[in-house]
Amino acid sequence: MALFKTNHVKITGISACVPKEKLYTRDYAHFNEAEKDLFIKSVGILERRVASKEITTSDMCFASAEKLISSLNWNKQEIDCLIFVSQSADFFLPATSILLQHRLGLSKHAMAFDMNLGCSGYIYGLQILSNLISTGQIKKGLLLVGDKSSLSTHIEDKSTYPLFGDAGTATALEYDTNSNPVYFNLQSDGSGEEAIKILDGGARNEVRDDTFEIKEIEPGIKRSRRHLQLNGIDIFNFALKEVAPNVNEVLQFAGIEKSNIDYYIFHQANRLINESVRKKLKILEIEKVPYSIDLYGNTSSASIPLTIVVKLKEQLKNQHKKTLLSGFGVGYSWGSCIIDLDNIVCLDLIEI
Amino acid sequence: MMNIEEFTKNLEAEFEDIEPGTITPTTNYRDIKGWSSMYALIIIAFVDTHFDVALNADDLKSTQTIQDLYQIIIAKKQL
Repeated sequence: MALFKTNHVKITGISACVPKEKLYTRDYAHFNEAEKDLFIKSVGILERRVASKEITTSDMCFASAEKLISSLNWNKQEIDCLIFVSQSADFFLPATSILLQHRLGLSKHAMAFDMNLGCSGYIYGLQILSNLISTGQIKKGLLLVGDKSSLSTHIEDKSTYPLFGDAGTATALEYDTNSNPVYFNLQSDGSGEEAIKILDGGARNEVRDDTFEIKEIEPGIKRSRRHLQLNGIDIFNFALKEVAPNVNEVLQFAGIEKSNIDYYIFHQANRLINESVRKKLKILEIEKVPYSIDLYGNTSSASIPLTIVVKLKEQLKNQHKKTLLSGFGVGYSWGSCIIDLDNIVCLDLIEI
Repeated sequence: MMNIEEFTKNLEAEFEDIEPGTITPTTNYRDIKGWSSMYALIIIAFVDTHFDVALNADDLKSTQTIQDLYQIIIAKKQL
């Protein structure tokens, strides 16, 4: 089992960046009025941010990182590791993390690599970077996480287009022998590969003549083989079945009572899913479960740090809070983490 | 556990703009005014929360009426 207790590492700061441009559910022409009402009520999205053609995930992560580094007064030469977690990299190759190392002006002695994960990516990225830092052999690292999901959805696909928002975040981690342990529980199940998938463009299905042809899959759902496909029922059932046990396991492993968690920050999948998970976990204090999905949509791997920035910035100022973070989705891949946010620097949301 | 009447009444409350009493156990739930695929998720969430039973895509495909849904929940509850 991929359960971890990781010592001597803390989160020093978090920042997040979204595009300026807003899209409103009310304006989505492929929903009728009743569908708009139902979508807003159940999925919980009023508006979201969508990046223009020239802005990529790495641009948003760059803006987040640049501001975070300067706010923390970090010496760039001391940052020994940069991890970029995304499924919307700048190029097939080289890895975007390496481009960001150079663009941010980090040392050539820094290690940089990409991780290809979606909604679970923040937890996985935190685990890998925490473990690297906990050895004490590197002292400072940057976790840059986000997606430009709007790249992959087709406007005539009601099951995906109104759901996703774009965002790029930066989290600074540091070696600290006085910090409380961080606990992780990471899981995977590739039997769910079809539930969220882009069929063509990789090595398995190279781009072919009909890759970009828009086809009607069912009423209200038109897309090509290069667009994101999403099976709502399967994902819903996956989340209902797997997330709560994963969270309970990490709590048990850590020996921490639910009542001692100050905030549960879930991946912002869909309000209906998240509320069902909250009820399953019997978390009755709704103020412990913040949402950013109403104004930013499902922001893939960026959703957890984005929610911290837009919903908990004031609550975390000069405070020590115990948080449980949980990400779940494409793969299937999922994981939870218990981490203390002790006097962290949480920047205002950046808009580009 | 709620009986079929309570189940019907409580599920009815999940639908928007429906006159109370419109839905009966023999109603085909896909014929309910304003039905969309989003309601499949709402039904799954409702059943999960109230019965701790997971309805999958096949369960939904094999059912037509509220009564059918209730029967499948009972069957799954007894597994």
